[in-house]
Amino acid sequence: MKLKYFSAPYLAWMIVFILVPLLMIAYFAFTSDNGEFTMKYISDVGQYANIFVRSIWLSLIATAICLVIAYPIAFILSRMDKHKQGTMLMIVMLPMWMNFLLRTYAWMTLLGNNGIINHILGMVGLGPVKLINTSGAVVLGMVYNYLPFMILPLYSVMEKIDKSLFEAASDLGCSSVSTLFRVVIPLSMPGITSGITMVFVPAISTFIISRMLGGGSNLLIGDLIEMQFLGNAYNPHLGAAISLVLMVIILVIMTVMNQFDPDEQVLM
Amino acid sequence: MENIISLKDIVVEFEDGEKILKNISLDIKDKEFVTFLGPSGCGKTTTLRIIAGFLEPTSGDVFFDGQRINGVPPHKRNVNTVFQRYALFPHLNVYENIAFGLRVKKVPEKEIRKRVCEMLEMVNLMGFEKRSVNRLSGGQQQRVAIARALVNHPKVLLLDEPLGALDLKLRKEMQIELRRIQQELELTFIYVTHDQEEALTMSDSIVVMNNGYIQQIGSPTDIYNEPVNAFVADFIGESNIVNGSMPEDCIVEFTGKRFRCVDKGFEPNESVDVVIRPEDVKIIPEKNAELTGIVESVVFKGVHYEMCVDSADNKWIIHSTKACPVGSVIGMTFDPDDIHIMKKTEDNT
Amino acid sequence: MKKLGKIYLVLVLLFLYVPIFVLIVFSFNETKSRSVFSGFTLDWYKRLFHNRIIISSLINTAIIAVIASIVSTVLGTLAAIGIHHMKKVPKAVVMNITNMPIINPEIVTGVSLMLLFVFFAARMNLEFGFVTLLIAHITFDVPYVILNVMPKFNQMNPHIFEAAQDLGCSPVKAFRKVVLPEIMPGVVSGFLMAFTYSLDDFVVSYFTSGSTSQTLPITIYSMTRRKVSPEINALSTLIFVAVVIVLIVKNAIENKAAKKNGSYRGN
Repeated sequence: MKLKYFSAPYLAWMIVFILVPLLMIAYFAFTSDNGEFTMKYISDVGQYANIFVRSIWLSLIATAICLVIAYPIAFILSRMDKHKQGTMLMIVMLPMWMNFLLRTYAWMTLLGNNGIINHILGMVGLGPVKLINTSGAVVLGMVYNYLPFMILPLYSVMEKIDKSLFEAASDLGCSSVSTLFRVVIPLSMPGITSGITMVFVPAISTFIISRMLGGGSNLLIGDLIEMQFLGNAYNPHLGAAISLVLMVIILVIMTVMNQFDPDEQVLM
Repeated sequence: MENIISLKDIVVEFEDGEKILKNISLDIKDKEFVTFLGPSGCGKTTTLRIIAGFLEPTSGDVFFDGQRINGVPPHKRNVNTVFQRYALFPHLNVYENIAFGLRVKKVPEKEIRKRVCEMLEMVNLMGFEKRSVNRLSGGQQQRVAIARALVNHPKVLLLDEPLGALDLKLRKEMQIELRRIQQELELTFIYVTHDQEEALTMSDSIVVMNNGYIQQIGSPTDIYNEPVNAFVADFIGESNIVNGSMPEDCIVEFTGKRFRCVDKGFEPNESVDVVIRPEDVKIIPEKNAELTGIVESVVFKGVHYEMCVDSADNKWIIHSTKACPVGSVIGMTFDPDDIHIMKKTEDNT
Repeated sequence: MKKLGKIYLVLVLLFLYVPIFVLIVFSFNETKSRSVFSGFTLDWYKRLFHNRIIISSLINTAIIAVIASIVSTVLGTLAAIGIHHMKKVPKAVVMNITNMPIINPEIVTGVSLMLLFVFFAARMNLEFGFVTLLIAHITFDVPYVILNVMPKFNQMNPHIFEAAQDLGCSPVKAFRKVVLPEIMPGVVSGFLMAFTYSLDDFVVSYFTSGSTSQTLPITIYSMTRRKVSPEINALSTLIFVAVVIVLIVKNAIENKAAKKNGSYRGN
């Protein structure tokens, strides 16, 4: 028996439950209820341009903030003593193991109008300030939930950078700032690009964070899709069309990201 | 000649109290090829890192061209380093690796090109500019590392066991090449190695180190012919080292016999280390000999045979162009000036 | 500089942990207030244990996670063996499709499966519930198993399988004796990953579950949509404690294994 046939059960599963469903999205996006080809739903997506713009904008901001916060953390972790690194990494990643609904709920109670932050602000005579149901709260939720996704790939790339490269840079005249720009950042580029995708993709497609922290006024693409399938606006054709556009946006952004990630380079 | 680098009373102690360098003082002359030689853990690399600026000594002073440079960070020192495993930047190609230091200093593009090309020529890597450094052989990476350091026109080049990862033939070639580059550019090279043969081939002077101390400083011939103690004698080439004593000037007693030698000035009956190189042991017929032994093994080494001879309490290593059959009894003798007498050092080895 | 780094690390850790600790503290609060601690109580924990919906969805989650991860480990390991022996082009095609559920937003995976199940539900006697959930979980689990096992095949010396046969093993025995031990670490980590993803999943489950069969994350979601209830805080506390215990045990096992390996090398 040939070993490659071992994969037959999975291939059948893959075709039925991965490939066909994705083709169904494409099919639904381009057909009407009676099965005729139509561009109506795709063009209808244009009506929600503002939601698309908001989603892209908020998730870009969240991704940028994650990158800025995570970069030094990953660097510090990667330069710790080897035996401390494992434990410290576990401590940093531990909150990610909590269900993300609970993590988001935690911020809901913190930011709420009766929440602890407003309570403290009230005691010093400030506020109450509207914290929850703002786009700021949505970005905060994204950063909080997805920060570990940025730290992990950055750390795993930086950990492999040989310390002697920093010494070589310094030996050749680099101050610590120019070592950062000439050596550390170029060498951690693969981590930066995969960190950005790992934060951006879930951020742009979330509907929980916007619903729990953004109230009704900060709809994102995810909310829009969810409404077409499980909400009052039931319209799977439009939902499929929006999903398709979302996939295209992500594809475009990932292609752009790959430009910064020269794959021939092998890390030593 | 002037001293380009001076170390004064350098001590390095790590946080856990371990002393790596225990009082090192050393002057390095300009345009010299100096080698730090010693077994691993002797402190040679630590000394190099102090000169490069990667490590601050716990106490003591570092002088460069007469100026104290303690606390000056590596990027402000006029020295460059060739690292042990090269530390080439994997994200840059050959050209950009070599140009790195010049770009940092914002040297004009035209001059960068000129200087990088000179270097490529010098290390025989013309045509490799665009090549990724990950796709170079070990020897080529080595050349890039040397070019990357030298393109900055440092006054001193530090080399940390740069040939350790290369195979024997390539290592021999690179030894000659490094020596040529050093003489051509008239630079000071400070070279760290544990390979005594490498040190003897390349250096103007050798600093033998062990256990955080400098054991001896001198030219290769001095160090080979006149080792100051048993450690140096043993580390530089193979040696037969036996215990002996000096009953009077120019007479040494070992293995219960007296031999004539050329050393004097010891206390009467002072106990000493007697060092005799394997090639200085002469084989003579057994019946004429003061010292005899049984040949235990013979190994052909190319230019000579290496024999191990068992004689009473000692084993002798003998290098000779003639082989004696295993099991035969031979006599041994020594010329007076081949017998090196060394004071017993208190054990800092 | 080092000190600055430490301060920064502590600040980020505070950002990560303070919300969770506030949640934990208020799980012991007597009143429903989210800002004032008025007294210690274990009432919310008692209520939690008497909440039928939570308990049943917890059991449901566990059953689905166990079955889904076991099925996907078997399916995925067999798949990895097969894919490893494929030619270059089919291999690339299969791996690209396998990566889809990982790269795609979860909501797209969820919605696409929902469309498929709606299609089947209309034509066959399929109801949204346990079966659809299980299929969905297996679907997003298998790629993680494959991605964990594949590298083990690539690292493996291809000649050991032949060497075992040369030394008298039948192909089946050679596989069991030589290949399986080599890929086992990948199989185990693939299984664990599949299991945790199944336990934790909300989005895909949300689109593929019916009213009859709910998982814990879906129950949590509906609780957060309704009134404030410190029961959620109590639940969070228990989950946090469970996570900490699991991670500490995992770390201890890994350290022990590392030490063991170290001492072998030492001998």
